[in-house]
Amino acid sequence: MTSRNAGALRDTAFDAAEIDRRLAAIWSTTPGVWGALATVDHKVIGRRYITTAFVFLALGGLLSLLMRLQLAQPEARFIGPDRYNQLFTMHGTNMMFLFAVPVMQAMAVYLVPLMVGTRNIAFPRLNAFSYWMYLAGGLLLWIAFVLDTGPDVGWFAYVPLSGPQYAAGKRADIWAQMITFTEVSALAVAVEIVVTVFKHRAPGMSLDRIPLFVWSMLVTSFVVILAMPAIMVASTALILDRLVETHFFNPAEGGDVLLWQHLFWFFGHPEVYIIFLPAVGMVSTIVATFTRRPVFGYLAMVMALIATGILAFGLWVHHMFVAGLPRLGESFFTASSMAIAVPAGLQIFCWLATIWAGRPIFTTPFLFAIGFIVTFVIGGLTGVMVASVPFDTQVHDTYFVVAHFHYVLVGGAVFPLLGALYYWFPKLTGRLMSETRGRWVFGLIFVGFNLTFFPMHILGLQGMPRRIYTYQPEMPWSGLNMFISLSAVILAGGFLLFFIDVIRSARTGAVASSNPWEASTLEWATSSPPPPYNFARLPVVGGLDPLSDRRDVLPVAAGLRVDRRELLVSSIVEATPEAREASSGDSIWPLLAAIATTATLIWSIFTPWAVVWGSIPIAIALIGWFWPKGVPEDES
Amino acid sequence: MAVASACSGKQSALDPHGGPAIHVEHLIIGIVAVCTVIWIVVIVVLGLALLRSRRAGAEDANSEGRLTTVVFAAVAASVVIIAGLTIASFYTTRNIGVPGSAALTITVRGQQWWWQVFYAGSDASRGFQTANEIHIPVGTDVQVRLEGVDVIHSFWVPSLAGKQDVVPGRSNSLLLRAEKPGAYRGQCAEFCGLQHSHMAVLVIAEAPADFERWAASQRGDALTPADPDAAAGQVAFLAKPCSACHTVRGTAAKGTTGPDLTHIGGRQTIAAGLLETTRGSLAAWIADPQTLKPGNNMPMVPLTSVELQNISAYMESLK
Amino acid sequence: MTERVFSIAKSVLAVAVLLSLASAGGVLGYLRQPRELRFEPPVAADLDWFRLMSNGIGGTPPESYFALGKPYEADAYNLSQGKRLYAWFGCGTCHGDGRGGVGPSFLDGWWLYGPEMVSIVASIRDGRPHGMPAFRDRLTIEQIWQLAGYVQTIGSYSPKVAAPSRNDDKQTRPAENRGPAIILFDEGPVGVHPDQGPSP
Repeated sequence: MTSRNAGALRDTAFDAAEIDRRLAAIWSTTPGVWGALATVDHKVIGRRYITTAFVFLALGGLLSLLMRLQLAQPEARFIGPDRYNQLFTMHGTNMMFLFAVPVMQAMAVYLVPLMVGTRNIAFPRLNAFSYWMYLAGGLLLWIAFVLDTGPDVGWFAYVPLSGPQYAAGKRADIWAQMITFTEVSALAVAVEIVVTVFKHRAPGMSLDRIPLFVWSMLVTSFVVILAMPAIMVASTALILDRLVETHFFNPAEGGDVLLWQHLFWFFGHPEVYIIFLPAVGMVSTIVATFTRRPVFGYLAMVMALIATGILAFGLWVHHMFVAGLPRLGESFFTASSMAIAVPAGLQIFCWLATIWAGRPIFTTPFLFAIGFIVTFVIGGLTGVMVASVPFDTQVHDTYFVVAHFHYVLVGGAVFPLLGALYYWFPKLTGRLMSETRGRWVFGLIFVGFNLTFFPMHILGLQGMPRRIYTYQPEMPWSGLNMFISLSAVILAGGFLLFFIDVIRSARTGAVASSNPWEASTLEWATSSPPPPYNFARLPVVGGLDPLSDRRDVLPVAAGLRVDRRELLVSSIVEATPEAREASSGDSIWPLLAAIATTATLIWSIFTPWAVVWGSIPIAIALIGWFWPKGVPEDES
Repeated sequence: MAVASACSGKQSALDPHGGPAIHVEHLIIGIVAVCTVIWIVVIVVLGLALLRSRRAGAEDANSEGRLTTVVFAAVAASVVIIAGLTIASFYTTRNIGVPGSAALTITVRGQQWWWQVFYAGSDASRGFQTANEIHIPVGTDVQVRLEGVDVIHSFWVPSLAGKQDVVPGRSNSLLLRAEKPGAYRGQCAEFCGLQHSHMAVLVIAEAPADFERWAASQRGDALTPADPDAAAGQVAFLAKPCSACHTVRGTAAKGTTGPDLTHIGGRQTIAAGLLETTRGSLAAWIADPQTLKPGNNMPMVPLTSVELQNISAYMESLK
Repeated sequence: MTERVFSIAKSVLAVAVLLSLASAGGVLGYLRQPRELRFEPPVAADLDWFRLMSNGIGGTPPESYFALGKPYEADAYNLSQGKRLYAWFGCGTCHGDGRGGVGPSFLDGWWLYGPEMVSIVASIRDGRPHGMPAFRDRLTIEQIWQLAGYVQTIGSYSPKVAAPSRNDDKQTRPAENRGPAIILFDEGPVGVHPDQGPSP
């Protein structure tokens, strides 16, 4: 790196302790409430994101327990239809929009900058903004629910039921606007991840040396960028139909109710892969670490990730097989839905090969990875089943589908996520989680999950539809339903123990070294938890496994300034250093912008003029946000 | 999955009694069997991998190459299996048949939260309307035209055929066929609001002669009540808000908002499959519909106990 | 160490904020009227017992109506049910889409018997001279209140938040939540309504 700016303080001029002191001074978040609100540190925001998402997981879980209580007996009078419809709508909406997608992105917000060896995420203020938007969307939904204004039209909100004529009040509007909040935040994070991965990788981390988790988040982020706009268009069209009498979904005026389904599932199916692909990355990381060898078939895995990301956009119609679409079109989507099993299968085979060739260490994260393979294969195979049109006409909208997607989403994404949390907990908090409790957590969740959800396959084939608040005593479903409700208690017990373990470990867990698992990716090259600047000197990567290749000495790059926040910009393919770039400091403007946006979006449920008047405070917040700071942006 | 086929009710994809449902059941059994085998193979390999590597000396110099071959073979095998299942699925679709060639056409309208059923008339006979109960002749292809009037519903009688959505602004149809006589229960399968849970339909398949007899009786106007209670019930029915929403053909009751009650006493269930038709259940339903089916569109009409008894008797008499 | 204390303080703060928001929500939710699908029969019967002035215009709703929180004016569910009743019971054959026809308009600012709920309920229940039939034997009293709430909403000059939106039909006028009475208001020449019976 050439030194053009001679007056600037470079890290070449100081010894290690002095560099740490100076970097800590410029990268640390200011203490106090103000600092907490203004911080743009990806680790602080990432931790917040993860914590918030798990709070929503717990809340959503409570809802499902209420539903199981109601369904344990036929014609139970515990919860009426109005409340029950809100419950299952909230459960689905909460788990998809407030837990599953955000938590995966949150893990990426925390881990990706560390794994690619940079000091902060790209667009750190946008990152802060995205968290506040997410929090506001979540609060909007939950406060509305507590006020008995929770959406009651299903997480898919099919028109006309959610449309102007049949959904009275503001319940459906709150659902639709909550979508806007979470999608804005998801899109923002996706953009940050893409730029971080493409432009901020440590020197030497060429494309074929990127860790698989980072690859999975990169592909996921592209899927987010391409899929989320569809649902924002749809939910905005719904609000317009409801508020200002447009006719997007009104057949009498030339609209079409199936338009909603196309738009929704064009987002909704990739959504599954938005949740699942990060899990692939997590499992790959865990399997590689605990079999003490790199994942078998790195290139094949990356290709499978990309193929899945592309195919994800060619499947949406299999959610509409009974809506009355032309046969030929349906056949195409049967074939493509079946075809996506091939890349998924390839990934499974690669993990099996890795385990076969490696020496597994049976830690809690690895147990979750095994549990993932066992359950996800079931979910994948039932996915093949519902891809068949005739099969689907019998199981669509029944408990078979409920079982199927819980196997995919819980088995395929939550198991890896829990494993990932046990795995990265030391990096998040500096402490290890309890291995003993962890085994219990895994055992209870794995057993409870399968006992709860496997019988639902049978219920579905026996004709039990989804989304019913009760069923009649003469139907042959009550025995299994009682069994499922009891099993749900085991599952809930597992999650309760998990939350206890998290809280206790965060306070009294064993203090972790910088690399407790002897893993090989870059996040383990810095202390646990990492300092505000992540790396005192940016690492230089010489292979796919930078820490295991040369475990003793990790080469580092020098030359970044120590008197302002500075990141390294590198080239996309080879990750050769190109420039030094200033990284934004803490700022309260993202929070103010989020507050202004929140006010506008909520107000606009009630009157279209909110968009006009609300744009003024948003514009002010953005002007404050982007006010020139008088720093030269980057230097080659 | 073996448990699944053991226990089945009258509303089950695994207890098929009609052409389309039987074809689909074969497909279900086939795919589930293939998938079960695949799952077992994966789990066995996983178990072996875990056990193998627990034993020392897992490292093996040329294992990498062999593994590549095995993984490649596994991917090739899954492509073949997937292709096979896809073809099986297409084959079943073709066997189920395309609606349009049916001998009898019935129009079903999904409403919040009941099914309105129309049988078309012909030159010789007039058409008629009923609710929540469809009679079909055994061994005949019956085309069900599905009309959406409010929100999306899904017509599903699992023992006879797969489901088909009822979409406002679109005309869908479905082929029903029962191979043997019986009562086959179905239920709305697309979430449609408060009482989605209580929106059942009963398909009664009977011998063609029985079907014709039934159809003839349905074409007729309502019976004049003979019993004095029922006669008093008719008077009350016409004087109270009941007749504003319900039709009883042959009387002044011409409301069209609710189900046609001309032959309600002859139907097996009331309130879209909620209760069996008895005088007691009719009374319970009329007395307090919002407790039995909260949110449905039938209001609680204030009646004296005598009026309630009489109206129930009248309803029961409408065979 | 300070960072740890700080982060604990932060999470405590966050939890406190969340809890206070949730409890504030809970209190509000407790105060708010839930969607009521069924009134106890005596409560419903009480809706029949309102007092009307001797000229049939204006009066006092039953005490219980206020105790219930005026559900037929403020609750979106009741208003939308009222809208369905408007269609199901053929109100449109005389009153059109609210702009009148054989019967008077609800949008022109003229309420022959005043815009109070009780007057509208009485009009529907008991009928009025010049052709308005009585619906007391066609509708239950709860339905009459629902329908009256909706009729009042059509002609409201300050659109209610809870007002229904458009139907999935051909559109003939702006929907109730946009305040059609304001949008379509046309003062017109004086004396344009002589045929609508005695002026108030």
